[in-house]
Amino acid sequence: MRPAIDTSAYGIHASSTASERPAPSAARNPHDTEAPDVVKVLREGDTLDPTTDPRVAPADVLRLYTAMVRLRLIDERLTALQRQGRVGFHIGSLGEEASILGSAFAMRDKDWIFPCYRELGAALLRGMPLQRYLDHMFGNENDPAKGRQMPDHYSWKAGHIASVSSPIGTQITQAVGFAWGAKIKRDELAVLAYFGDGATSSNEFHNGLNFAGVFKAPVVFLCRNNGWAISVPTERQTGSATFAEKGIAYGIPSVRVDGNDILAVIKVTQDAVARAARGEGPTLIEALTYRMSGHSTSDDPRAYRPEAGLEAWKELDPIARLRRHLAPQKLWTEATDAAIEAELEAELKAAIAVAEATRAPSLDSMFDDVFATPPWHLVEQREALKKGPRPKGH
Amino acid sequence: MPQMNMVQAINDALRLEMRRDSRVVILGEDVGKVGGVFRVTAGLFDEFGDDRVIDTPLSEGGIIGAAIGMALYGLVPVPEIQFSDFIFPAYDQIVSELAKYRYRSGGEYPAKIVIRTPVGGGIRGGHYHSQSPESLFIHVAGLKVVCPSNPADAKGLLLASIRDPDPVLFFEPKRIYRAAKGEVDEGDYTVPIGKAAIARDGKDVTVIAWGAMLYECLEAANQAAEQGVDVEVLDLRTLWPLDIEAIVASVKKTGRVVVVHEAPKTCGLGGEIVALINEKAFLHLEAPPARVTGFDTPFPYTLENEYLPLAHRILPTLLETARY
Repeated sequence: MRPAIDTSAYGIHASSTASERPAPSAARNPHDTEAPDVVKVLREGDTLDPTTDPRVAPADVLRLYTAMVRLRLIDERLTALQRQGRVGFHIGSLGEEASILGSAFAMRDKDWIFPCYRELGAALLRGMPLQRYLDHMFGNENDPAKGRQMPDHYSWKAGHIASVSSPIGTQITQAVGFAWGAKIKRDELAVLAYFGDGATSSNEFHNGLNFAGVFKAPVVFLCRNNGWAISVPTERQTGSATFAEKGIAYGIPSVRVDGNDILAVIKVTQDAVARAARGEGPTLIEALTYRMSGHSTSDDPRAYRPEAGLEAWKELDPIARLRRHLAPQKLWTEATDAAIEAELEAELKAAIAVAEATRAPSLDSMFDDVFATPPWHLVEQREALKKGPRPKGH
Repeated sequence: MPQMNMVQAINDALRLEMRRDSRVVILGEDVGKVGGVFRVTAGLFDEFGDDRVIDTPLSEGGIIGAAIGMALYGLVPVPEIQFSDFIFPAYDQIVSELAKYRYRSGGEYPAKIVIRTPVGGGIRGGHYHSQSPESLFIHVAGLKVVCPSNPADAKGLLLASIRDPDPVLFFEPKRIYRAAKGEVDEGDYTVPIGKAAIARDGKDVTVIAWGAMLYECLEAANQAAEQGVDVEVLDLRTLWPLDIEAIVASVKKTGRVVVVHEAPKTCGLGGEIVALINEKAFLHLEAPPARVTGFDTPFPYTLENEYLPLAHRILPTLLETARY
């Protein structure tokens, strides 16, 4: 039996025949976002589709625009710091800002976010202090992760941001368990689980969607289909026409959205949160976007993809698109970006200076938090290390 | 005090803690209506309902991943992995996620769950229902590993495990699920994690064991006594962090030590125990520390009693070590 899915709003692909479906590789084609099942709000000619417009207050739209511009500038700065050898690593979100910030914006304050590792924007939108982030990026004494994780593996409990780990997909089942736990306790909340297209090949994607489908856990699965898992393109991740249709197999309503259209991302995420709040369980969102940069600062995409492919996506740049919407309403002028940049620059400069000048975590701290209280063997190893010689520079 | 077997004692601990602490939930394959394939969770579904005793889809990775998420939410999940041989699809979630959560988040996100799972051979289960994978979990930082040998310890250690702030792997020796019987206090009590017990006092040679093999060591010790060798049997109870003081004290007393375990010899916990003894009590040793273990083969079906370190294989090593 096919699960009950409201296809009226989206013209969802589940009803399309195989011959009508896009080829697997089409997700990398920007024109695929023109497919009839892909939810859009921002239309050419700077108008909004009234049937899908989430009607976000102008002040919030401007806040999101600002957040997107700031995120891009932060990515640029962190990449530069990595190139200068001042931070070890950075993983950015160039081109994917709308899918990240739109979905995070649609979650309520009480909701939780289980990030992959490319959703810094979500944490910042929730108010994670820039200083906290930079202390983490430098792995210094004030890093909340105490210098134990490589850069961009943050957590922020106060902001309901779970802890980032590197293995792909692990957060998906955890997000399901978290949401399911809330359901067991009769607490009404939703959990946003982020992952990329590559993660749909992981065990945890299938485990997570299956468990969420069975137990109707209030989870919003947000797949950022950005075309690439490091060097491997989407057609090597799946033989399916879309990633969204994988949700259908688990009884999970699923939708594709133009991931570079921040208002459309907000719309489908708000709908998913509303479904979760009504007790109707999970939703899978496939956000069609594009990773405009390398996988991380450790990756040079020129080795595996032609630069020419970027041009079409640049025309769909999520910041430029929102700007084209804001400008006619006088919500954006040339001065807007300059003001955002100047304000951020001052904040970044100060935070980087503090983070860089802060010393490394103490030697003792390496042995803390393995267990709640260090057992005898860790005490022995800690004391032996402290008595021994130090490496150069420590 | 009532007599209970291991299954009854573990069930009693689960029931007691679920009544006491509404955060405790059980999830796993067949743990609900049928009460588990070994009936360890029998009756709990009827008492606590399917919100707290949950039959899950057949996916160990899903069970443990979801249990971690529940723990992050504030529940205290006690998932069951039906056989420890089936735990490996969840290995990444256990060793890279569960074991590291507190550490990697700088203490922001402790993830506390207790994974119960039957362990060991002796039920004619072949390779996939007989293994002893404890050292695979001890080698990774962040997990406590427990393996009781009798009903009273099983109840007290399980209650201590559920109340401990750290994640615990609770291995239940299935060979003695029903064979090991004893008096069990009906009330609330704990047996401390990290403390071994002297199961038999002796002066000539120390044998260190846990779980089902403890009884084989006691049998071998009785046979050794007939030949004039007085064996001390140490029941480790907590495999990690182990009771180093008890081990060192016993070895200092006897000067001779044999470690017995079902798991394969190479990189087994016995190797680590011997290394620790060498580091901490070398000058007290009168004989080379010895190991009697499973072999470095997959666990066999037909020849399981040849594979297991049963009393007939332990005895000669005890005598050789005592007379070295």
